[in-house]
Amino acid sequence: MVTASYKNADNSKEKAALAALEAQKKDIRNRWLLSLPALSIIFFAAAGPMAIVVLYSFLVPGDYTGVKWIFTTENWFNVILERDIFDDNLVWADAHLTIFWRSVKLSLLTTVLTAIFGIPTAYFIATRSNRSRNLWLFLITIPFWTNLLVRTYAIQELIRNQGVINNFLQWTGLTDAPIEMMFTDFAVAFGMTYVYLPLMALPVYASIEKLDFRLVEGAYDLYASRWKCFRRVILPLIRPGLIAGSILVFVPCLGAYVTPRVLGGGNQLMIGNLIGLQFGQGRNWPLGAALSLALMAMVLVALLYFVKVSNSENNRNV
Amino acid sequence: MNDINESINIQNVLKVYKSDTDVYALNDVSLVIQENEFFTLLGPSGCGKTTLLRLIAGFEHPTSGTILLNKKDISLLPPNKRPVNTVFQSYALFPHMTVGGNIAFGLEMLGWSKENVSKAVDEMLALVKMEELKNRRPSEISGGQQQRVALARALAPKPEVLLLDEPLSALDLKLRKQMQIELKRLQSETGITFVFVTHDQEEALTMSDRIAVMDKGKILQFGTPREIYHHPENRFVANFIGDSNFLSATIEGGHATLSDGTKLALSSKNNSTYTGERSILIRPEHVQMVKSNGSKGSFLGTINNIVYFGTDTHFHLELRNGDEFTIRKQNTPDGGKEFEIGSTVELEIDKGAIQILKD
Repeated sequence: MVTASYKNADNSKEKAALAALEAQKKDIRNRWLLSLPALSIIFFAAAGPMAIVVLYSFLVPGDYTGVKWIFTTENWFNVILERDIFDDNLVWADAHLTIFWRSVKLSLLTTVLTAIFGIPTAYFIATRSNRSRNLWLFLITIPFWTNLLVRTYAIQELIRNQGVINNFLQWTGLTDAPIEMMFTDFAVAFGMTYVYLPLMALPVYASIEKLDFRLVEGAYDLYASRWKCFRRVILPLIRPGLIAGSILVFVPCLGAYVTPRVLGGGNQLMIGNLIGLQFGQGRNWPLGAALSLALMAMVLVALLYFVKVSNSENNRNV
Repeated sequence: MNDINESINIQNVLKVYKSDTDVYALNDVSLVIQENEFFTLLGPSGCGKTTLLRLIAGFEHPTSGTILLNKKDISLLPPNKRPVNTVFQSYALFPHMTVGGNIAFGLEMLGWSKENVSKAVDEMLALVKMEELKNRRPSEISGGQQQRVALARALAPKPEVLLLDEPLSALDLKLRKQMQIELKRLQSETGITFVFVTHDQEEALTMSDRIAVMDKGKILQFGTPREIYHHPENRFVANFIGDSNFLSATIEGGHATLSDGTKLALSSKNNSTYTGERSILIRPEHVQMVKSNGSKGSFLGTINNIVYFGTDTHFHLELRNGDEFTIRKQNTPDGGKEFEIGSTVELEIDKGAIQILKD
């Protein structure tokens, strides 16, 4: 009798456990069902096209446009190498490498420039009173309201030979001839700094806003000059914002298209323009696809580097 | 001998914040703090004590008036140009540096050589007994330990004056008592002038060589803890420090006469420069009770309530003129039961216990 009742109890426990398991399974099924829209968007809008890009990068370019369905790794060689027209030897694709180098160089320069201009801006905003702080933040987002192309042409209007700056300089007699600024690296870096400044200033602002200003007082009290205080106390404490801002600026800069197109012209191509060229006039989709993936790889390397830097700084003993 | 050497001399300092121009954060404050002194600024929150400290540290500058440090005008110097260090209420330890790094910071800013910095850091760690925690981060040590690091960091550059802004307020009672003793020890070992800000009257009395009591941007009184406690000049000071009985009386011919005609004799020690209608102060522990024999003219009261506190008992009395009066009596193992609620007792005031107040 006693054992039987135990068994009964065991049975009912088992049943309850099974029911719970069943409910859990159902719950998981429901969750999958609910995330289906999101998953399908990710699949069709991101993974699918990406797969096509990877596929195309291994095919032969079509005669006018599109691809021929023949497998080749030629495109990947062509990213950094090219065949000499005389003896068929593989040599460095100087044109591509120059463009890669220019892209990295200008992106780094832009990141540094946005930091140089963004940190004081963010510091200024973060130290205003609550009310005016919102106004300043609002002002910083205003450029986002206008189309990027329009803003870039506005910069052209500023720096071209008969532009606002040169006209002013000549009018005041500071220079006799216009200073060539259009279609130079400077023009591209200037334009990108302008475009991406808010993306640096905002995350840095978020960090400075969280900064305990009593620490700044502490540093001053311990004989730190303004620069030393910034270097030794403020900068390390706003590092997370600075790293976030650097990623937000560096990554899109590397793939920038509009700014170098408008301000750099045909001479100052960046990777984005090179890719655009392959899909347009170049009629070499596979090479364009391979270049796109190379750009992605560069972004990935850059991101890993940023992550590594932020981690090692966190673990460093000062 | 030390009395001659002034450390900080504050002369007619006025501080007005822009936003509210009518409100004086400091209203004509003058004060001399001596070398090697443990000086306390005591007052309720908003009395201006922290503002005064921030003016000495250099985080703010006086609207008018001058601050001298060792007879040199420092009123307008920035904080990093003053040989003065602060222990902040929040400690303000740099979270991205180790304990050792925090202590070294000021010395590095002063341009000390590496060997000297590391030697001084070890000395400071030994002084506050924190040697084992040198490589920890501030987030990895307790509040009391952070407090010690903050002290070591501020003391390391050997400042001429150390400012302490309610440094003990975040600690629990036991730790606070321990740190009070610790602070006194550090002060006498280093020989540095300490300026200590607190709203805790007990802390002020136990630690200070001298106290300045502040309220509403003014210094009401300064003196030794004994002077402040036994001879407060006005009602605010008396009320802020310790428990008080206030009675209104007419002062005349060496007597204070209460409204019911009770005459209390004043000794020569009592402040007798004031005459006429005055408030007088009697501390609850300066009064003895005896069972009343009903003799006329004696100081009588009826016990309304008795509150037992362990070390002592508080008797709440009503005087014949209706005023409330409190007496504190120290408890003995088997005493304390001779007085009951409702009984009338005769009060005997200790000699010199009556303090005549300015207001």
